[in-house]
Amino acid sequence: MGPARSRSRTPRGVRAAQYTALAGYLAFLAFPFLWLLSTAFKPARELGSLHPTWIPEDPTLGNFRQAFAEQPLAQAALNSLVAAVCAAVLAVALATPTAFVLARRRGRLATAATGWVVISQAFPFVLVIIPLFLVLKNLHLVNSLPGLILVYVVWSLPFALWMLVGYVRAVPPELEEAAAMDGAGRLRTLVSVVAPLLAPGIVATALFAFITAWNEFFFALVLLKTPEKQTLPVVLTHFLGAEGAADLGPLAAAAFLATLPSLVVFAVIQKRITGGMLAGAVKS
Amino acid sequence: MRRRAGRRARAGAGAPAWVCALVLVLLAATAGGCSAPRGTSDGVVRLRFQSLAWQKESVDANRALVAEWNAAHPEVQVQYVQGSWSSVHDQLLTSFEGGEAPDVIHDASDDLADFAYGGYLADLRPLLSERLKADIPDASWETVTFGPDGGVYGVPFLQEPRVLMANTELLRASGARIPTPEAPWSWEEFRTAARQLTAEGRYGVAWPLKDPVSATLNLGLSAGGRLFHRDAGGKAAIRWSEGDAVVPATIRAQTETDRSASRATLGMGGSDTLPGFFGGRYAMVPLGFSYRQQIVAQAPPGFAWQVLPPPAGAEGLSQGVSPQTLSVAQDSPYKKEAAAFIDFLLSPANMVRLARGDWMLPTGTRALADPALRTPELGWATGAALAAGLRPAPAQSVRGYPEWKDKVATPALQEFYSGAIDLAELEKRLVGDGNRVLARYQR
Repeated sequence: MGPARSRSRTPRGVRAAQYTALAGYLAFLAFPFLWLLSTAFKPARELGSLHPTWIPEDPTLGNFRQAFAEQPLAQAALNSLVAAVCAAVLAVALATPTAFVLARRRGRLATAATGWVVISQAFPFVLVIIPLFLVLKNLHLVNSLPGLILVYVVWSLPFALWMLVGYVRAVPPELEEAAAMDGAGRLRTLVSVVAPLLAPGIVATALFAFITAWNEFFFALVLLKTPEKQTLPVVLTHFLGAEGAADLGPLAAAAFLATLPSLVVFAVIQKRITGGMLAGAVKS
Repeated sequence: MRRRAGRRARAGAGAPAWVCALVLVLLAATAGGCSAPRGTSDGVVRLRFQSLAWQKESVDANRALVAEWNAAHPEVQVQYVQGSWSSVHDQLLTSFEGGEAPDVIHDASDDLADFAYGGYLADLRPLLSERLKADIPDASWETVTFGPDGGVYGVPFLQEPRVLMANTELLRASGARIPTPEAPWSWEEFRTAARQLTAEGRYGVAWPLKDPVSATLNLGLSAGGRLFHRDAGGKAAIRWSEGDAVVPATIRAQTETDRSASRATLGMGGSDTLPGFFGGRYAMVPLGFSYRQQIVAQAPPGFAWQVLPPPAGAEGLSQGVSPQTLSVAQDSPYKKEAAAFIDFLLSPANMVRLARGDWMLPTGTRALADPALRTPELGWATGAALAAGLRPAPAQSVRGYPEWKDKVATPALQEFYSGAIDLAELEKRLVGDGNRVLARYQR
């Protein structure tokens, strides 16, 4: 009833302005993607046009054919997918119990750990890459996807942890007390009671870790050496020359394909985030 | 509540199992482990060649040459590894530090100084064949010679002069004299021609100066500008002379006084200006020689264009270049084999193939004499005629140049070209601030 009442109080003109602003914002957000899509289907002559059009006048799949012919895009996409999925799953698997401890145990150690998590986000890539490279080399994990996944997990873990601590704190401790009263141990309580309530947070965190790993370029560039191991962001740079020169058509085609998995994953998962949030609201 | 908890308990208990299974399956799908061995017990030497070739013809030429080498040398097999120009410096630095650098390294000469001084690259003097040493002119070898003992840390093999891409129809209609390598425009004539080519809705020239430093410095050589000088002890210092002012003053005059150059393109990259060039908005665009490939691919049917030499000053058609290079990693256990592969890759015939693939000029004199690179079509002859005037970019072997370029010169030149500061202030910043940067590297 509440939301309905508040809707009825909004003047029609204001609501129209809100929708207009929203539509404008969505158009702004969608512009790069739609332009990428348009560019991917344009032949070379149209790419050099002084008056570019949204809809290609002579659409072609040539850019896609050329992109696949010149670079191992399918293998790179598989590598990216493996790295991103594994990083997301492992980051969540490690962050969930740790976040539970940090959220429930108050004390100097937990405060220091949380502070370290925040500070660790401030380290630039270039500062850590050489020591990291040496560590991975000693572990024989340079030029291997498991090595890259390990880096991605470590890299995304602090933020994942930070996100999940917030979600854990939103779960009423009374539920855990009730579980304890029913005879559940700590692990059982975490797995059976807390984890399901954390589903939206876990999904959001996994999504964050997935997209971070999917888009990551620098670690992959440095750590993966042979073509069959390289990920999509690295392979995309093979369409770029010195001083900003670019093979624009195939680059756009490949970049368009590279954005699709993120969009699909987000489209699938965001329903679960919303559903989970609503479920949590009813329970509390 | 309890029923729901039970349902969730079952779901929760199942999750770790399928999660673990998923991770294992995905890892298994791409398992393959660690770095390829560089040499193995079967007696076959395995070299890694990291190439930065990126245009299709260029990648094809490199791959074909690697395949030919491998077929002819079963005892030394080369693995082609595709690198990329973006972040190549950081990637190589990390690889060197970690002892995982490729054996044969493709880069640009202006990126080699730090690696050479850092001891990451092999001195090639004892490794190179006499044929290769003699085939490449001294001016090109200078671009890869570093340190007090004059070590050679790369083989320069491709280079590209800056040229003027001109709209043939507009050029003829303007009445301006058409320059040739034998009779190029002076900088003053170039300014006049740009004015003649300017009309309502059209600029005579579009300067893409997203990276203003290399364009200004390299073209400045023609007017006697060097900016970077070395004393007898090899110490570098920045000094301003009359010649250093010619290029920046011309560009500033074209945008501010003559209105014959577009201000909008000052922040653009070369590719960004091409649609305006094709559409007749800009009559001329100063670009690297290899941009011809993009013009050929993107120009509308019937668009007539030609390659003109850049303006010449007191030093004629001299200009600075940073050639593409092939180096050998100091850590490579197979330096001799790597040098032999480079020698094969840079034989005159193969250098021609690489040059055509990259739309650039070879450094080798025999390759440069090849008729395929002397044809008037697509401006090849004009480019080849400019080769004699190509010099090492003045700053490329100076330690501290990258910092000077990023922190001092780029912002100062951008402000100057936009009209925010005058020539005196530009000189003050480039020289005063610049020498302070260099001093830190030369203590």
